[in-house]
Amino acid sequence: MLKEFFNNQLTLGCAQAAVAALLALAVMLLARQRKIHLERETIVALIRGIVQITAVGSILVLLLRGPAWTGIFLLAAMIGAAARISADRAKGLPHSFHVSLYAIAAGAGSVIALMSWVGVIDMRITSLIPIGSMLIANAMNTNSLVLNRFRSEVESHTGLIETGLALGADAKQTVAPYVQSSVQAGLIPAIDSLRSLGIVWIPGLMAGMLLSGASPIYAAIYQFVTISMIFSSSGLTSLICSLMIRSSVFSPAEQLALRPGVTAAGIRHNS
Amino acid sequence: MLLTPTTAILETDHLSREVAGVRIVDNVTVTVPTGRVLVVVGPSGAGKSSFLRLLNRLDEPTSGAVWFEGHDYRQIPPRELRRRVGMVTQTAYLFPGTLADNLRFGPLQHGIELPARTIDALLTEVGLEGRSREDVAHLSGGEAQRVSLARALANEPAVLLLDEPTSSLDAEAKDEIEKLILGVVRRKQFTCVMVSHDLSQAARVADQIMVMNKGRVTKIGAVSEVINAEGVLQ
Repeated sequence: MLKEFFNNQLTLGCAQAAVAALLALAVMLLARQRKIHLERETIVALIRGIVQITAVGSILVLLLRGPAWTGIFLLAAMIGAAARISADRAKGLPHSFHVSLYAIAAGAGSVIALMSWVGVIDMRITSLIPIGSMLIANAMNTNSLVLNRFRSEVESHTGLIETGLALGADAKQTVAPYVQSSVQAGLIPAIDSLRSLGIVWIPGLMAGMLLSGASPIYAAIYQFVTISMIFSSSGLTSLICSLMIRSSVFSPAEQLALRPGVTAAGIRHNS
Repeated sequence: MLLTPTTAILETDHLSREVAGVRIVDNVTVTVPTGRVLVVVGPSGAGKSSFLRLLNRLDEPTSGAVWFEGHDYRQIPPRELRRRVGMVTQTAYLFPGTLADNLRFGPLQHGIELPARTIDALLTEVGLEGRSREDVAHLSGGEAQRVSLARALANEPAVLLLDEPTSSLDAEAKDEIEKLILGVVRRKQFTCVMVSHDLSQAARVADQIMVMNKGRVTKIGAVSEVINAEGVLQ
């Protein structure tokens, strides 16, 4: 229907974006009816999303004409931004930015480097950036889920953790069960993506390859390759994240730094 | 503000803790003599539990020092310090598993496998004889607190910190646990620091009472010096 009103590709794109955003706002209002307040976060995310993707699109036009090594800087910038966004999901968790940065850089970065070196990812910037960004974005999501879940687990098991500490347990051991459940929860989307590949989900990359004339079988196989790489980078990210967060919630003297019983004024309710 | 007897196992020296600009423990200097029970009383928010958490270094002092057996406790590895300074909290947080699993936990952290007869003896001590294989999920509040006490004792601590151990229990269980704690403490000549809201409980249990308010010590002394005949603070 929109195509009847908009002949120019740019104006058509703007109209399509507006309709998609309106649908998202409608969902937000529906959630509001059920007293689930997502207004601010949804509106900020929508505006931020359109600005960011348009800016990146404009930069990509320039970069795609440049040498391959410029892609490394773009990927590094993406990792930095992903770490910032992920850390924001874990407010109150000590050192969350550094944990996220190292985990995403090591998790997604190592998979991108290894797969590019082997030749699974084409080193051309037109291939490196989209696939690299997919790996980084998924690593970011996993990292956010692990951090968020870990914070909730620690906050709801403060009593047990401090009981372990008070009995002389190693600090890392007192949070080990919560690290394990956080990693498992964080990896659910990546595992489900692998399980549902082709049945529930035909991702954009495959659709893009088909549209650009690639063999459907090769497009399908490469989609499996991509999802497997996403699983590997997400898995590595979550493992590194879990290794780092288990000590980040403790002080050097093995005191729990994350306790919900402390009010903003720093006074414990039961003192 | 020093207590009278000479052999001190635990001393604090101008101990303070500040969080977000608020002094929740303010300049507390106290000596806890070996084998004595010091009960800390005061209104809600006085800093009693915060003070107790500094004694086994669950929290870090902002200034001042704690001396344990004559050593600055920062020189002692935290895990070793906490084994020697045991703690029983207001709520008994038990690890999933059996009573025996809970009693084994502390010694295992230091590479000691607690023999079955020691577990049985500890459970008998707290009135839960023959129940080592029972799952903790089936325990009442009072029974859970007994396990919590036995678990702290399994580490063979030199000092026992008790953070309102009876306040979350009903009246009957409260009486039982208080008698149990008092019995164990007296029998084993434990050095004890106990936090309590209840002045009459403090009078029954304490050798010395320390009154706190707004993080500071307002009074300290023998029971008769702090609480009058009507059971009210003097």
